[in-house]
Amino acid sequence: MTFDLEFFNLGYLDTLSNKDTLVHRIDPRIKIIVSFIFILFVVSFQKYQISSLMPFFLYPVFLLTAGDIPFKAIAKKVIVVSPFALFIGIFNPIFDTNVILTPFGIPVSGGWLSFFSIIIKFVLTVSTAILLIAVTSFPGICEALERMKVPKIFVIQLLFLYRYLFVLLDEALRMVRAREARSFGSRGKEIRTFIRLISVLLIRSVERAERIYRAMLSRGFRGEIRVLRRLHLRYFDIVFATGSITMFYILRNYDVVDLIGATLNRLLR
Amino acid sequence: MSHHIVELKDVFYSYPDGTEALKGISFRVIHGESVGLVGTNGAGKTTLLLNLNGHLIPTRGEISIGEVPLSKGTRQEIRRKVGFVFQRPDDQLFMPIVYEDVAFGPINLGLSMEKVDERVNDALEMVGCLHLKNRPPHRLSEGQKRSVAIATVMAMKPDILVMDEPGSNLDPKSRRQLINLLKGFKHTKIIASHDLDMILDVCERCIIIKDGKIVADGSSEELLLNETLLEENNLELPLSRQYLYVKRPF
Repeated sequence: MTFDLEFFNLGYLDTLSNKDTLVHRIDPRIKIIVSFIFILFVVSFQKYQISSLMPFFLYPVFLLTAGDIPFKAIAKKVIVVSPFALFIGIFNPIFDTNVILTPFGIPVSGGWLSFFSIIIKFVLTVSTAILLIAVTSFPGICEALERMKVPKIFVIQLLFLYRYLFVLLDEALRMVRAREARSFGSRGKEIRTFIRLISVLLIRSVERAERIYRAMLSRGFRGEIRVLRRLHLRYFDIVFATGSITMFYILRNYDVVDLIGATLNRLLR
Repeated sequence: MSHHIVELKDVFYSYPDGTEALKGISFRVIHGESVGLVGTNGAGKTTLLLNLNGHLIPTRGEISIGEVPLSKGTRQEIRRKVGFVFQRPDDQLFMPIVYEDVAFGPINLGLSMEKVDERVNDALEMVGCLHLKNRPPHRLSEGQKRSVAIATVMAMKPDILVMDEPGSNLDPKSRRQLINLLKGFKHTKIIASHDLDMILDVCERCIIIKDGKIVADGSSEELLLNETLLEENNLELPLSRQYLYVKRPF
């Protein structure tokens, strides 16, 4: 049953975020800011630049290894979203046929270069975003957003989404199982029953929302959720932020790969 | 302390769709008393409890809690006094982390952060769940969720505890722990349940409801061992008492 698998997969990312490593302990605000700046830097490269993008893999690889996150888990999720990037870049090689590079005598058109540049940018940004979730607990991210003055209503929406996502999935899972237990072959699996299933799920959710609201009222809810403030910046957080942002800056402005290549060339000669 | 009295005078409640769920309920619960509310599914137990906390307002009749008459205006005040443990812990625990959930009530009471912290730790300690305080609720077992749900209410230091089916979906050991926990509370308690053994264990008084009316009100020992009364109301003897009446075939 694919549904079961997907469900547990979702919980997996959440399990990972409850680990306790160096990266997990960094202040969520710092992680969000650094990751955001990282994405800005990556996106700022021109469309034919590939080699100078490569050193940027350092950041996701750092999060992956220091955060003790299994590579497979992240790779799978990146692949799932990859069609979007593929379709954005797929026509570049057809329309842009100017030969720009001829490494080892093979002509490479600008289209292929820009296509790969899109793919690399995609892998960098998406894997960073997924890793950010994997190394920061979701409530941590929400608290950070709240502290960074994101409107409270959005933060609370996110908190509730996170809390009830699992409950709702559990409910859906039980309904799907109940249907499967009583349907044989293709009978009982028509789109018609699926629509009913969804509508029942919606009604149940509305009823649940009502019960939750009651539970909130009975504990003194008056239209505002006050979130506790527990985040404290530590010395290491600042070091991490300044260190990584300086590194991004250097990598952006000096083509490190080219420099290494040039030095190697000189040494070999 | 005479002010933790719960008093209902001829309470009627009809749902907006016209279903009459309560038809003239009157009783009085004194301070420190624990009362079991028993009845079949759909007898009106949950409706009655929702009325006690002002989630529903009686269509007719009067409820007063700690000598404050319940109305739309006094709801907030009454909710401070009445701690409501809902039937489903997943509805009760709505914050992403156990600690924040338990803190939700005390923060809304306007307490200082140190006081909130103290209350949260005390309440979690009381139900034996202090080690769970940084866990998200969806990672807890049903029994743990239930205990935490009780802690969320205890952290508000209510005068009166109202519980809807606190023992459902629990394994025997968790259920026993819950019973011991409830016995330890000195609060006025009103507990609705189908678990008659639990009622017998925890509550000295019992009220049987059928079709929105009180059928019997008296000591648990007396009512819950009255086989004819129980059978008339689609209930049966608590399991722990059944062996006394087994007819031996020889």
